[in-house]
Amino acid sequence: MRHTIAVLVENEFGVLSRVVGLFSGRGFNIDSLTVAPTNDEALSRITLVTRGDEQIIEQITKQLNKLIDVIKVIDFEPENAIEREMVLVKVSAEDQSRAEVLRIADIFRAKVIDVTPKSYTLEATGAPAKVSAMVELLRPLGLKELVSTGPVVIGRGAKAWKG
Amino acid sequence: MKLNGARILLECLKREGVDTIFGYPGGTVINLYDELFSFKEIRHILPRHEQAGVHAADGYARATGKVGVAIATSGPGATNTITGIATAYMDSIPMVIITGQVPTALIGNDAFQEADIIGITRPCTKHNFLVKDVKDLATIMKKAFYIARTGRPGPVVVDLPKDVQIAQTEFHYPESVEIRGYKPTVEGHPKQIEKAVGMIMQAKKPVIYVGGGVILANAAAELVAVAKRLGIPVTTTLMGLGAYPENDPNALGLLGMHGTYYANMAVSHCDVLIAIGARFDDRVTGKIASFAPHAKIVHVDVDPTSIKKNVRVDLPIVGDVRDVLVKMLKVADEIGPDAKACQAALAPWIAEIDEWKKKHPMTYKQSASVIKPQYVIQRLRALSDPDAIVATDVGQHQMWTAQFFGFTAPRTLLSSGGLGTMGFGLPAAMGAQAGFPERQVMVVCGDGGFQMNMQELATIVQNRLNVKIVILNNNFLGMVRQWQELFFDKRYSSTCMELPIDFIKLAEAFGATGLQATKVEEVDEVIKKGFATDGPVLMEFKVAREEKVLPMVPAGASLTEMVLAS
Repeated sequence: MRHTIAVLVENEFGVLSRVVGLFSGRGFNIDSLTVAPTNDEALSRITLVTRGDEQIIEQITKQLNKLIDVIKVIDFEPENAIEREMVLVKVSAEDQSRAEVLRIADIFRAKVIDVTPKSYTLEATGAPAKVSAMVELLRPLGLKELVSTGPVVIGRGAKAWKG
Repeated sequence: MKLNGARILLECLKREGVDTIFGYPGGTVINLYDELFSFKEIRHILPRHEQAGVHAADGYARATGKVGVAIATSGPGATNTITGIATAYMDSIPMVIITGQVPTALIGNDAFQEADIIGITRPCTKHNFLVKDVKDLATIMKKAFYIARTGRPGPVVVDLPKDVQIAQTEFHYPESVEIRGYKPTVEGHPKQIEKAVGMIMQAKKPVIYVGGGVILANAAAELVAVAKRLGIPVTTTLMGLGAYPENDPNALGLLGMHGTYYANMAVSHCDVLIAIGARFDDRVTGKIASFAPHAKIVHVDVDPTSIKKNVRVDLPIVGDVRDVLVKMLKVADEIGPDAKACQAALAPWIAEIDEWKKKHPMTYKQSASVIKPQYVIQRLRALSDPDAIVATDVGQHQMWTAQFFGFTAPRTLLSSGGLGTMGFGLPAAMGAQAGFPERQVMVVCGDGGFQMNMQELATIVQNRLNVKIVILNNNFLGMVRQWQELFFDKRYSSTCMELPIDFIKLAEAFGATGLQATKVEEVDEVIKKGFATDGPVLMEFKVAREEKVLPMVPAGASLTEMVLAS
């Protein structure tokens, strides 16, 4: 099962390697990982996407909590969370496909951020499923390069989640 | 008054109650050693290898219950500590290891004797710190000791660059520290404890399975009180030996790969298994699918990650095992029948276990012509002080010690359980002796493991550490040989040591006494003489070369599939 886990950590050098080392050392998967400081500069927030059965996910959250520099771990339930990711995609666009690329971009509310006679570069944000749907439609037109941030996640509702 | 970093470090150690440290000087700790030269409140012991220094600090910690402290220089000094640190980490031993580091300006430049010790020790420490500013040093030291000794204990590395040792600042040692990401659970949940006691009292065939956590939490007395109150038999892991007296009728001894027949049968037939400070290691469980197949499992542990890591658990209790045991006893008194009634209710179960004990007691075949290693262990018990401390190395002799010594008190067996580190025994005994100069300390080793750190004979003699060294010499790497015999058609690939070493001359070369027994009737004589002789003594016993450790559950088999002593 896919899980999106947010980890609030001390914003200090070496913390990311503790988290990543835990995953590699114990044979857990990381599908994606994104990290940046929060509104409190002393803290960073990691969002990572992983896979595993219930027992593995329980171990992952417990092991993360055990790290001294980890302050909080939340395994988000999809119905209570909003996930967004951003992709930058470079697509071949020549002759008739130029219009098709723009149509797809329009449908997914992607922005054209660079253009050449042979290509478009698009920027799209959204739920991971939506973004990947756009990418799949662009793929047959000649997808040259794809860069993704991986998802970030925030809880629904008024309650904020601080250190 | 301003102090330099080196002096601040020593002041911190003093305030943490450290009186003995094990360390090896070098370029990046020379400033620290210069301060140590005139700092008389701490005894410094110089091992002959940094690995042994860390094992010694580990042995000191295991025996005394205090935090062990070791020092090494940067680069090779620091990398030599890794095996020692990993050993302590696997067995949850509280330690602080201080490593020198190249000056901060040179870090990352591949400077002389530079190693990224923070990166290298990350997976084998509870936590580690690089001190970049002398102003942070005192707080970091306070945190290091706090982390090392609280919760599930473990080793903490403090990496101290040379320029930080030289830099000066006002010294102020914090009374306490607050680490927002580190809040170990101490108190067990009262509802869970109540439920557990209820479940245990309903049980017809309960077994308590004790690990090293009981010893680390200083909870042996509380364990005995609970087990006696409820009348439940107790089996222990290697790390748990000594937590429950083995001369008690309800003691089942060791369980697992080289456990007793009756402990493994009891676990395989119990209806409630109460795991206390244990982690269901593969050497204990054998094949997971058939481990304690009829049992509901109660698991008490201070570390939440230990729970449900390897086996399903029906009732988890996170907390300090001593706190939980104290509360369990209270609940038992409140809700349960009295101790007599509890014992009476379990009489049929105890009778079933007694049948197993009668059928296959712990035994070996005695010989008149050749010394059996098990016999030496039994005689060591008989002829040593009741409170003697026994360190072991790793291998057959370790298992024979665990099976036949009969430990009755916590912190009297010092053994590398999790990592299984050959070379651990001698330096660990040295550390224990430094902690208890007046107590009898012995190390039981094989001829293989002894040679991994035998340079420490020099440290022992130089520091007048009265360690008694017992070598069960079979001229084999015996445990691997045993596996080769059983599973590899007796193809003894690289397990025969071939070269006969004159251990007596070796001991004498270092200034220790060397004794040897080659016949059964010499065993007592050598042990008596060894214990009576002042100073370090090496006692070599030429033992039956192809003796096996039995019973044995082959790796991956169920606990009931034991190869028994014939």
